Amino acid sequence: MTALAIDNLDISYGDSKVTHGIGFEVAEGESFALVGESGSGKTTVLKAIAGMAKSWTGSISVFGEPRTHGIDRAFARQCQMVFQDPYGSLHPRKTVDATLSEPLTIHGIGNSGERVDEVMQSVGLDRRFRFRFPHQLSGGQRQRVAIARALILKPRMLLLDEPTSALDVSVQAEILNLLKRLRREQGLTYLMVTHNLPVVSFLCDRLAVMRHGRVVEVADVDQLKRGELVDPYSRELTRFSASLPKT
Amino acid sequence: MNALLEIRNLKVTFPTARGPVDVVKGLSLTLGRERLGIVGESGSGKSMTGRSILRLIRSPGRVTADEMTFNGTDLLSLSEKQMRSIRGARISMVMQDPKFSLNPVMTIGDQIAEALLTHQNLARSDIRSRTFAMLEAVRINDPERVLGLYPHEVSGGMGQRVMIAMMLIPEPDLLIADEPTSALDVSVQAQVLEIIDDLVKRKGMGLILISHDLDLVSAYCDRILVMRSGEVVEECDAGELRNARHPYTQGLLASIPRLDESRDELPVLERTGAST
Repeated sequence: MTALAIDNLDISYGDSKVTHGIGFEVAEGESFALVGESGSGKTTVLKAIAGMAKSWTGSISVFGEPRTHGIDRAFARQCQMVFQDPYGSLHPRKTVDATLSEPLTIHGIGNSGERVDEVMQSVGLDRRFRFRFPHQLSGGQRQRVAIARALILKPRMLLLDEPTSALDVSVQAEILNLLKRLRREQGLTYLMVTHNLPVVSFLCDRLAVMRHGRVVEVADVDQLKRGELVDPYSRELTRFSASLPKT
Repeated sequence: MNALLEIRNLKVTFPTARGPVDVVKGLSLTLGRERLGIVGESGSGKSMTGRSILRLIRSPGRVTADEMTFNGTDLLSLSEKQMRSIRGARISMVMQDPKFSLNPVMTIGDQIAEALLTHQNLARSDIRSRTFAMLEAVRINDPERVLGLYPHEVSGGMGQRVMIAMMLIPEPDLLIADEPTSALDVSVQAQVLEIIDDLVKRKGMGLILISHDLDLVSAYCDRILVMRSGEVVEECDAGELRNARHPYTQGLLASIPRLDESRDELPVLERTGAST
């Protein structure tokens, strides 16, 4: 089944058009990456899917349901977003417990105590962190909270916006392992935005390379690993990632 | 070789509710006109080391060292005024994020000129021509236009090049670059580092490159210090980083995903208090 289908998507901020005719499909259970440099429009695509960039034309459908231009509850149950910076995406004056319970309250779901407990366990957060505030947690722990917040509604798809770029390499490894394990255990679909190609190699099955608001290439991750991307721009990106010395 | 910078037993201490904490615990280094990389994770004390060289650690933080000399001058005994004549002119520092380090209400041309004017007395026309030349040196193609822009009107990569221009225009002897590219895209990262590298080599400056990115540091430095919780755990030639012996360095190296990644799980460092 197709988890996400995007066709001929043009997104604008005011008068300026940010993306031009974006189109790709993500199968259920697949992990798909959008790569490209800042300003290429990759995050904007995630925002349009999530309902945070409202002015677009074309079509977006998630699990067969066409997306509206705003935020709706049924969609939120299916698909959640994890942001780049765990220092900025958690409310500084809410405890982990409050952050994780809020989606449940909004959606009128009961037994929040158990659900919070369960989700914290699945992202590897110890019970003792439950009543702490974000400033009492490390960066990696905060990103775990952000992932738990996304997972608590049991969505089928996660939109990941550079989920590890604000973290140290060793913490990045922990979060990448976590994302990989969660996907395996819960059969999640990922759409991840990143500019880090090695992260794509580790976590994704396919990728789309974006530049200046257009998709220039869609490729299999094996092509990336073998250095067989076709488009000149994709090759340039690969070269930058590989120019640093290898093991 | 004459040492440009000599540090012995540097300690940086902050008071906390549970008593003073040393964030740098007795670091020693000797730097010639070479490129030294300092790597480590957040909280390893690498930035504190960079800042303490410029005496930028504010109270209640305390910096002590048995020796901290720059070109024979004892940095610790200088007055704040004397220190100001060293900062920028002799030792300068490129910070992480151009968005927060440039003055948002001053044009780029004025900011670069200010860096020059603070330390030298020059005619207006000289300043303009040097600013111009400096922007060209950091590969900004149309300096004429960029001089009149404000920081919010340029991209991150260009902002960082402007920062570098500003830091290098007084022709310092030592450049400290603290995560100069971590706010930038991969493609722009390489460009910015090549510019720094080129200028450092051409002018024979010393460079301290502080970063958490081991690959990057090993590509652009001659020598590397690996720091962990305020201490240097390993020192090696950049080319030898792959053969690092310390378990911490090996752990860091192993945790980075590769472009041709085939591991199913990345090894993670054992740390106290972590839960997986």
